[in-house]
Amino acid sequence: MNPNSIIPYLVIAPLAAAFLIIIFGKIARPAGSIIACVASAFSLAVSLALSLSITKYGILIYKVGGWMPPAGIPMVVDSYSAFILLIANVIAALVTLYSVSYVKKYTDTWKYFTLLMLMMAGVNGVALSGDIFNMFVYLEIASLATYALVAFGNESEALEASFKYAVMSSVASTFMLIGIALLYSYTSALNMAYIGKFITENPPAKVLSFVSVLFLAGFGLKAALAPFHTWLPDAYTKSPAPIPAMSSGVLIKVLGVYALTRLFFNVFGMTKPVSYILIFFAVISMVGGSILAFGQSNIRRLLGYSSISQIGYIILGFAVGTPLAIMGSIFHIFNHSAAKSLLFMGAGSMEEAFGTQNIKKISQVIQKMPVTGYTSLVGALSICGIPPLGGFWSKLIIIFACIQAGYFGLAFIAAFVSILTLAYYFKAYAPMLFGPKEEPSKALEGNRTQFLMDLPMLILSVVCAASVFLLIPGAMNILMRLATNTVVNGTAYVNIVLGSLK
Amino acid sequence: MSIYILCLILFSVGLYCVLRKRNLIKIIVGIGIMEYAANLFFVLIGYRSEGRAPIYATDQVIKNMVDPLPQAVVLTSIVIGMALMLLLVAIAIRIYEKYKTFDITKINRLKG
Repeated sequence: MNPNSIIPYLVIAPLAAAFLIIIFGKIARPAGSIIACVASAFSLAVSLALSLSITKYGILIYKVGGWMPPAGIPMVVDSYSAFILLIANVIAALVTLYSVSYVKKYTDTWKYFTLLMLMMAGVNGVALSGDIFNMFVYLEIASLATYALVAFGNESEALEASFKYAVMSSVASTFMLIGIALLYSYTSALNMAYIGKFITENPPAKVLSFVSVLFLAGFGLKAALAPFHTWLPDAYTKSPAPIPAMSSGVLIKVLGVYALTRLFFNVFGMTKPVSYILIFFAVISMVGGSILAFGQSNIRRLLGYSSISQIGYIILGFAVGTPLAIMGSIFHIFNHSAAKSLLFMGAGSMEEAFGTQNIKKISQVIQKMPVTGYTSLVGALSICGIPPLGGFWSKLIIIFACIQAGYFGLAFIAAFVSILTLAYYFKAYAPMLFGPKEEPSKALEGNRTQFLMDLPMLILSVVCAASVFLLIPGAMNILMRLATNTVVNGTAYVNIVLGSLK
Repeated sequence: MSIYILCLILFSVGLYCVLRKRNLIKIIVGIGIMEYAANLFFVLIGYRSEGRAPIYATDQVIKNMVDPLPQAVVLTSIVIGMALMLLLVAIAIRIYEKYKTFDITKINRLKG
């Protein structure tokens, strides 16, 4: 079978699932979760198949409706998007599995699964799209689903956070739309490859710097980079627990980091001023996020600020721009997705058991809920950067790359922030996991650990522990190396896409 | 040129409304104004002076057609804007039920 033809199923499967859940979810209650699990497993299988075939073919293009670009809208899968899709779909499938037993406390769970599937469709679409406006549309689908999911619990704080997130994010989207309009007026194309072709063939224009600024603000907000980060801790506080796991693991990576790097590296071509601005944002995110995380007594807010700090690492690697740094960043996307989703799921389970998000009121998790306790320990150690786990290697690569590129100050900051990370995770997680014995917790009635909530956490902790194998040259290393090459080669993407359009 | 400046002014009015107003409904209206300004800008880019509607007919000369692509794009963008507007209004109604106010300075239970 031609591997091109399976590409659209990544969008079709979640969209169809969302539609079917609306029809059947109301009639039979478990239908929603079953359809959602099947659809997410299916798109995981498709993304696995694409990752395997991308190592053979290099690039796959699906022309939607058979129309040739620039008139038609293509779906482009290259090694970078295949890698991102693989991460996104693994996390999404596990989050869906976790949601099945988590959302039982809500009425109308089918609405939850509909929105989750719409979010997945949007995320997959952003990673697939080869057309800049189409990417914007998918991005808006994912964002709109997320605003609704943040407010799903219908608590006053959740509504407030959702409104704040929706307003900030839609202002960012409007900036992006204006950027796209200006880009269209300059290049008279919406296809990314054609835009890139026009830009590389013509002398640099002033309008491009303005467009870059608009896109930096727009995608920076979606990625929760430091000056634009304020929505993130609020949105994570009172939403259903799988949503921060999905958002931190998938949404800010794909909508923010992936879209930003795809446009700036592959379409515009990275320039010095943009990389300096990105380094500036990255440093503020890293330092600011970890300092703000110190004062938090709410576990989800702490993890949210930690996400901002880790996004800083990812952007720092991309901004430094050497092949080693970019490989470190891509590897850190993988490690951070796995570890942070794991931590948010663990936090969700702890909240279910103890009935609170306050760090000081949770204790002795290891004794009472061994699976949650040990997996959260693995996730926290991975984010802190304790050697055998994944987070250590990716941070080490980023720090080495900074030294190699001559940015000694940045290497020092990255190492220092890593120590800060260790400090605040130790401060928060040590009392929670090992905690004092004397405190009797009344909230923990019976054994509330549920298999469907434990299974995703176990899988993710294995991923965290085993991710070092991605670095060993060999079969598993190929995709990440190809993804790095795609980003490093920059605007060569244009010729690859145009060359394979027949 | 002046028409682009008017479009920019419309955008600035919307942005001012989002940034400075305290009422949730006024913020939502501000977002609406911003989106309309962006859509208007996109349509203006495709405009050719003295152009006619981009419908192909055998007896027409093609050179004075306006660019149809921004119109198609803006149509999609309007639909997205409508979805966003509905969601925002729904959330605002729920916020009013919980807090009994539309004043954002009084809606501040999230801290940290």
